[in-house]
Amino acid sequence: MNRQLLLGAEAVAQGALDAGISGVYAYPGTPSTEITEYIQRSKAARAGGVRSSWSANEKTAYEAALGMSYAGKRSLVCMKHVGLNVAADAFINSAITGVNGGLVLAVADDPSMHSSQNEQDSRAYGRFAMVPVLEPASQQELYDTMFHAFALSEEVRLPVIVRMTTRLSHSRAGVEQRSPRPQNALKAEYAPERFVLMPHNARVQYRHLLDLQPKLEELSESSFLNRPAGGSGPIGVIAFGIGYNYAMEARAAHGIECRVLKIGQYPLPRRMVEELFAACSEVLVVEEGYPVYEELFRGYFGSPKVRGRMDGTLPRAGELTTDLLASALGVGLPETPAIPGIVANRPPELCKGCGHRDMFDAITVAIREHADHHVFSDIGCYTLGALPPYSAIHTCVDMGAAITMAKGAADAGLRPAVCVIGDSTFTHSGMTGLLDAVNDRSPVTVVIADNDTTAMTGGQQSSATGPKLVDICIGLGVDRAHIRHFVPLRKNLDEAVAILREEFAFEGVSVVIAQRDCIEKAAKEKRRAAAKGQ
Amino acid sequence: MQKNIILAGVGGQGILSIAAVIDWAALQEGLEIRQAEVHGMSQRGGAVQSHLRIADHELYADLIAFGTADLILSVEPLEALRYLPYLAPDGHVATALEPFVNIPDYPPMEGILAELARIGAPVLVPAAEIAREAGSARASNMVMLGAGAPFTGIAPDKLEAGIEALFGAKGREVVDSNIRAFRRGLELSTN
Repeated sequence: MNRQLLLGAEAVAQGALDAGISGVYAYPGTPSTEITEYIQRSKAARAGGVRSSWSANEKTAYEAALGMSYAGKRSLVCMKHVGLNVAADAFINSAITGVNGGLVLAVADDPSMHSSQNEQDSRAYGRFAMVPVLEPASQQELYDTMFHAFALSEEVRLPVIVRMTTRLSHSRAGVEQRSPRPQNALKAEYAPERFVLMPHNARVQYRHLLDLQPKLEELSESSFLNRPAGGSGPIGVIAFGIGYNYAMEARAAHGIECRVLKIGQYPLPRRMVEELFAACSEVLVVEEGYPVYEELFRGYFGSPKVRGRMDGTLPRAGELTTDLLASALGVGLPETPAIPGIVANRPPELCKGCGHRDMFDAITVAIREHADHHVFSDIGCYTLGALPPYSAIHTCVDMGAAITMAKGAADAGLRPAVCVIGDSTFTHSGMTGLLDAVNDRSPVTVVIADNDTTAMTGGQQSSATGPKLVDICIGLGVDRAHIRHFVPLRKNLDEAVAILREEFAFEGVSVVIAQRDCIEKAAKEKRRAAAKGQ
Repeated sequence: MQKNIILAGVGGQGILSIAAVIDWAALQEGLEIRQAEVHGMSQRGGAVQSHLRIADHELYADLIAFGTADLILSVEPLEALRYLPYLAPDGHVATALEPFVNIPDYPPMEGILAELARIGAPVLVPAAEIAREAGSARASNMVMLGAGAPFTGIAPDKLEAGIEALFGAKGREVVDSNIRAFRRGLELSTN
């Protein structure tokens, strides 16, 4: 038996490669990043010419994947849950056009918000777009599911979502591989009646999507991802995704008598669900995420049979555990040792020697000279500047919002209107906001923290750094005289403060680039160079 | 056979190398493995942990339930205490003694030692010192793997083979110093 130890994310990657993808498109985001990184490292992917470099954002990634599918080939597109908000326009409309080559969207949700600003549930997007959603429960199932997902996508000619959550994506297990399938041949067909979404076409395509729904439900009835998992008695558990793991673990550990129905493919297999509800007086709905299906089972007027996150049987927010499942099924848990009172929290922090530290020192000095010292910021390592001892940034909402929020505040009269954004976040969705500010002559100071990489997610290639960033800003119409630079080092503090002071005072758009390479990236490159030298 | 192991430390201290060695050995033994780890924001100097489960039967959950960890293996003393709710009544704790102080309210060492003493018989390891003696200051995580080895359910020679596999690409000297570190930790734990 040839088993390979893979993270859930890596199982998705290997499964997609073996299912014959010709490309992966993605923007990094925890907990989805490792899918694309695995493909980038894969020798087989290189040999097969599978394209895999990073996209500027999730929307560009999704559209490129759709284009590859249009040309007849199989494509994978990966993102974290909030990335799907960025790609949503392309995603929802690709359900109307449909696909040619298999198109699979692997999306990784982050319940409990380990590395995210919310815990939105991507299954809701699947329902919204009316496309199949697959939600495997183990690393092996993730691998096997990729074959199924691409075949299903080509059978029903729709994009298919493979949804996973942090615990599965970032957990390793032994995975058995199958023999790989060849890539599809190039086969781009003219089908403007499907792909030109003018109203007269879109109405027909939408009708088609609606008409497909019974077939999708029927396919769920025979999916290997949906199955009763034994048990007896009046208590039923309908366990979605990795909710199944916790239900099975609790049932085995505590000898709980209950029936379990495992769900891993949507739309729901109606007959299986009806059978469970008919056989049980109470059904616990176990979802790793929002109570999407629990709400449906309850209906507006409620159902006395349904237990779950909405009636407090399980917590409304946060990820599930075996203990939560055991409690929900009536098991009294033994006392366990408490965390001693002296155990202080240890939050993450900016690395020692990181240039962001010196950048925040400079910004803090310069902005304290003003009565109002709000600093708008964004998503990346520099978000850690919100924590003590810096407490230097005061917003972090969504990718790119630093610039546009500063612009809106400037329009309202706030002076200075200062924002901090990283190089990768700037190219992800900061550039368009900067264009708004230029067009509106909004007095904002945009500090671009250019560390030459996408650092927070582990140092991926950034779309634009260094001189390319300057070119972009000039191209967007920022006055060259107000594109300034400093190197964030302690010895440059006075110079940095002077530059910031001048630009804060300027009644127009300025960009101040704080350029110093990420120390983690530099260390990694040094190690790599040393390894090559040996 | 089933073992639930919590690996604890601070981002960057190398607990994933410990996990990788145990994983490798368990895979060779044909065992089932689930090993959940922390990626992303917390890796930047924050508290990190890995839930490692191995068994000779099917495992479902990636996470360990409260009160069921057979071993808490920590490369930092304060971090050993953070996961006590997971410890089984007959579980073991093995921890390195060198504090990693990157927070202003890090508690006094006497307090940490007093809490560790309440656990029963924790294995307390001056891991950095032993690692230096073994020839590599960076091998203190392998000292800790050695100290925890008797509670992992995997034979020491299998774990040593895992160290070979993991560090092999870095050359003989690195492998040897890591194996020496492992053996010193193991001796300390079994004597």
